[in-house]
Amino acid sequence: MVTRGFFSGRRPPSDTDARIPPGQYLEQGFPVLSAGPTPRVRTEDWSFTLKHGPRPIKKWNWAEFNALPQSKMTRDIHCVTAWTKFNTPWQGVLIDDILADAGIEPPSAFTLAHSFDGYSTNVPTKDLVTGKAMVALLYEGKPISPDHGGPARLLVPHLYFWKSAKWVNGLQFTERDEPGFWELRGYHIYGDPWREQRYSGDP
Amino acid sequence: MSAEPQLQSPWQAATITRIEKRTPRVTSFWFQPSRPFTHLAGQHVDVRLTAPDGYQARRSYSIASAPEAGAGIELVIERLDDGEVSPFFHDVAEVGDEIELRGPLGGHFIWEASDGGPILLVGGGSGVVPLMAMVRHRTLQKSAAPIALVFSARVWDEVIFRDELIGLDDRRDGFDLVLTLTREQARRPSDYSRRVDARMMMQAMERLSKAPRLAFVCGSNAFVSAAAEALIEAGVPAGLIRTERYGV
Ligand SMILES: Cc1cc2nc3c(=O)[nH]c(=O)nc-3n(C[C@H](O)[C@H](O)[C@H](O)COP(=O)(O)OP(=O)(O)OC[C@H]3O[C@@H](n4cnc5c(N)ncnc54)[C@H](O)[C@@H]3O)c2cc1C
Repeated sequence: MVTRGFFSGRRPPSDTDARIPPGQYLEQGFPVLSAGPTPRVRTEDWSFTLKHGPRPIKKWNWAEFNALPQSKMTRDIHCVTAWTKFNTPWQGVLIDDILADAGIEPPSAFTLAHSFDGYSTNVPTKDLVTGKAMVALLYEGKPISPDHGGPARLLVPHLYFWKSAKWVNGLQFTERDEPGFWELRGYHIYGDPWREQRYSGDP
Repeated sequence: MSAEPQLQSPWQAATITRIEKRTPRVTSFWFQPSRPFTHLAGQHVDVRLTAPDGYQARRSYSIASAPEAGAGIELVIERLDDGEVSPFFHDVAEVGDEIELRGPLGGHFIWEASDGGPILLVGGGSGVVPLMAMVRHRTLQKSAAPIALVFSARVWDEVIFRDELIGLDDRRDGFDLVLTLTREQARRPSDYSRRVDARMMMQAMERLSKAPRLAFVCGSNAFVSAAAEALIEAGVPAGLIRTERYGV
């Protein structure tokens, strides 16, 4: 439906069109969205736990986690509130390298990411491995600020950005696809920006 | 029961039925959706504008009207001069125009009268909009839940819903309005002339009978961060604070 009188669209340059998913617009800044106050997690208090169901597999403190092999990833990110940001540069530990350090293969097809503020989000395990996702420790070469999820945030750049849980403190393998915080509150269970899976019920 | 998968809140056309300027930079638009829906106080809709060549711009706007207010919804849009969508509403949109929207959306920043109180609401500028839906919902439900609204605006003439809020405050029925102006002197004796801080939050909570069961904070990102921090400093547990950030 064409909107009467709307011409002045801020069109992205045509050479970037193919990188912008449907319904998204290009953003130069880096807006902040979250469900509650920004937790201040001190690196002294930080830890990351890998679990299978209720059972802990391995736990790292900040120094141990930072000693894991680190990788860089520069990706376009897509927020469900409709902004897309190109070329965001991250550095951190690939989920593959976390699993390798724990000495395990992924034990189930689904994963819940947990955060210090009680937030959780579900991601199929296959979307986390084979270099697709990391626990990011640096943004633009610097520690991630608390409002953007520091000290560490999950980065799953090919899904809507709420899946990239801020203040992440663990991954839990689950037998079923269990909806996380936003997924229980009307957001899509998978969240593929290219299929515009914003809200639950979107095809 | 039908097992057909259905879009929970599909895009639909909604007709603008009324437009009313609220402050120099803020205007209310009433929409009548072609397929009416019932929302909860605090929810928003997504709006999308389509240019003749198919280009679309899409933004979220909170619903200001109470769920039980009847036909149509009120959106309250602040003009950002260099913005893409908000100037369209201020300069181009007219009564009778059809706009595409989908909703209601959002399942976290919500208060229902049956949830009870006391509730502390903290809004900055147009961040008052979803809080207004909660205040109106309380009034229409004749709820006794104590609610205090701390509302920060730059100047007196930019206090959105000013007369309505002061009218509700004057009833002394458990709703308390605390205004704070950041660029002008306060006009009412109980109001403030400074940015929100922990002391203001503590004094607002003293107006509630007991500690709030939930606090809702809405506005620009900078405002929400400052207000949430002030609440935590004032002793509100982080887990009771719900935030809605309007972005930049
Ligand atoms: C859940 C939710 C509820 C909301 N509810 C409300 C509400 O009730 N009322 C309300 O007024 N707003 C609300 N907002 C904010 C609203 O969605 C829009 O962000 C706002 O109206 C600005 O949109 P815009 O298109 O006018 O500005 P945009 O074009 O998005 O620009 C916003 C600002 O960023 C700058 N900017 C961004 N990109 C560019 C660019 N490429 N070039 C130049 N400048 C740029 C502009 O300077 C402008 O000041 C809500 C947001 C959310 C997430």
